Amino acid sequence: MTEAIPAIELDGVVKEYLSHGETVQAVKGVSLGIGEGEFFSLLGPSGCGKTTTMRMIAGFEEPTKGVVRLHGQDVTDVPPNKRDINMVFQSYALFPHMNVWENVAFGLRRRKVAEAEIKQRVGEILEIVDLTGREKRRPREMSGGQQQRVALARALVNRPRALLLDEPLGALDLKLRQLMQIELKRIQREVGITFVYVTHDQNEALTMSDRIAVMNDGLVEQLANPREIYERPATKFVAGFIGTSNLLSGTVESVSGSAAVVRLGAEDRILISSQATAGETVDLTVRPEKITISTEQPEGELSVVRGTVNEVVYLGTYNSYAVGLADGAEIMVFQQNANDSSVTAERGDTVWLSWQPQHSYAL
Amino acid sequence: MKRWAPYWLALPGWMWLGIFLVVPIVAMASVSLQTGNLLDGFVQTFSVSNYTDAIGKYSTQLVRSLVYGGVATVIMLLLGYPVAYWIAFKAGSRKSMYLFLLLLPFFVSFVLRTISWGFLLADDGILFGTLKGWGLLPENFHVLATTVAVIGGLVYNFLPFMILPIYVALERVDPRVIEAAYDLYASRFDAFRRVVLPLSLPGVFAGVLMTFVPATADPVNAAVLGGTGNTMIGNIIQTEYLVNSNYPTASALSFTLMAVLLVGIFIYARALGTENVLEAAAR
Ligand SMILES: Nc1ncnc2c1ncn2[C@@H]1O[C@H](COP(=O)(O)OP(=O)(O)OP(=O)(O)O)[C@@H](O)[C@H]1O
Ligand SMILES: [Mg+2]
Repeated sequence: MTEAIPAIELDGVVKEYLSHGETVQAVKGVSLGIGEGEFFSLLGPSGCGKTTTMRMIAGFEEPTKGVVRLHGQDVTDVPPNKRDINMVFQSYALFPHMNVWENVAFGLRRRKVAEAEIKQRVGEILEIVDLTGREKRRPREMSGGQQQRVALARALVNRPRALLLDEPLGALDLKLRQLMQIELKRIQREVGITFVYVTHDQNEALTMSDRIAVMNDGLVEQLANPREIYERPATKFVAGFIGTSNLLSGTVESVSGSAAVVRLGAEDRILISSQATAGETVDLTVRPEKITISTEQPEGELSVVRGTVNEVVYLGTYNSYAVGLADGAEIMVFQQNANDSSVTAERGDTVWLSWQPQHSYAL
Repeated sequence: MKRWAPYWLALPGWMWLGIFLVVPIVAMASVSLQTGNLLDGFVQTFSVSNYTDAIGKYSTQLVRSLVYGGVATVIMLLLGYPVAYWIAFKAGSRKSMYLFLLLLPFFVSFVLRTISWGFLLADDGILFGTLKGWGLLPENFHVLATTVAVIGGLVYNFLPFMILPIYVALERVDPRVIEAAYDLYASRFDAFRRVVLPLSLPGVFAGVLMTFVPATADPVNAAVLGGTGNTMIGNIIQTEYLVNSNYPTASALSFTLMAVLLVGIFIYARALGTENVLEAAAR
């Protein structure tokens, strides 16, 4: 990130609701900056405060505490119709009594844009979302995917400085969803505006975003690019929420420089780079696809653990092993079927699991 | 087999309507074309003079009824829409309580309610009597037996029938759609005019029908709250039927009223047809 003024900035934003006489903190203090033209995702489980955060950016909710800035300007008290951003609602919220054309032209008409320009811009945007020829349709006469594109066009036609999308693909089936993901990415590149994208689908967030804020229980757990989120989850929660992760816990045996050796069982040894002190108990994580499984003890500067194969599942492009360790923990291992489809180990075999030291680290 | 079930289940309802609506209408149609009197008996003559005579004689009351019904309906719409809006969007968790309060007067008979209005509006009753006693109103001030009292009574009695259908329509408007309007730069007024109002029009349409028709035909309010100059067509029909026993004239008047109302409704539906209104609002 350069030092440019962020397109959207949240500064210590808190949102409390009063429900049945009790104060509920939906967002407990979020600070983040979203860059101009960035594809930014808010990712997290249901109820973690994604929608609430987005609604504060759009102006539908006023923060209990904190400041919302758009392009450096404090807009905390500015109503949504005066903010230069548009929102695509999860349920689309198209105007049911208007046809596609009227839906898309709504924002321009409210802004008193000249009729000739409206005509041109609506035509253009319908072209982009591939709905030319469907101008006269009512929302209820269209498929979910088409309605989704109308909602997108209705927001984009105003050329907002940022677009907020709240689980825009949530109602679509898997195939259409994947198609629309590519489509959305293409449109974002084409129009070049900031996208803030809410989703609880980690794959969607990982494939589409420039950066992701992983939220949990009203707080941002980690804010980073997809690769970093996946490779170096900052917290136990992120490790568990994104992809499959093995969470292990052991005692630090020795420390030399910035490297530490962690013991699980007698024959297990995990190498991590960390500022841990000897005797400390640490939680660490390793991704299943980073692990090599073998029937003999491997050599070299590797992290090594020993276990028994509990389960082998053939999954086409790879095999999945569930390996039980001496202390009762279970480790998932994914092994590519690169050479032949024969499995390395069978159920009940004693195996060695090993991985490069950089693939595991303390949380 | 299963497919026939809806038809069989609907049959009692249709029979009810058939027997208690169609049969009396046919009977009344026949009576309206008879001549004679109670002593000598009535004969089916198929003479339309019943109609022409009745309309000629009572056109004032017929027109007055339509005007009263129309004015009352407009007032009810202006009073009722904000109430329905308020209950639908602002009443929060108390919604059902307010709806119940709205229906509460129906636990008291329609006629009794109107009579108690008569007491309330009496020249020297609790309201005006007191105000006059305090010198706040002139001695000769009166409301009872005036047009205002009759229209006021109609408005009071039928208002819930305006509010309820509008409420139901507003209740169905997705709040996200209203938010979308704000998001797309609509002011509060624009959001109401372009989104909320058009989406509630089916309710307005139903509310107007449910109040205009009974208010126009109502005999009770004019009888209890009105004076000699406020007689409505419902009163005439009642008198012709129950007092004068002039069944053919009463029937002919009933049919005339029905025809006028049906034509009115048809024109109304055409002019204000939901489709047209929506088109206009979408601009
Ligand atoms: N209007 C409200 N009144 C009271 N509590 C609310 C309100 N809106 C949201 N909440 C609470 O705030 C929390 C966060 O809600 P939010 O809608 O932001 O979650 P979310 O991350 O968008 O979840 P989902 O993925 O299910 O949409 C939830 O616990 C919810 O119950
Ligand atoms: Mg949500």
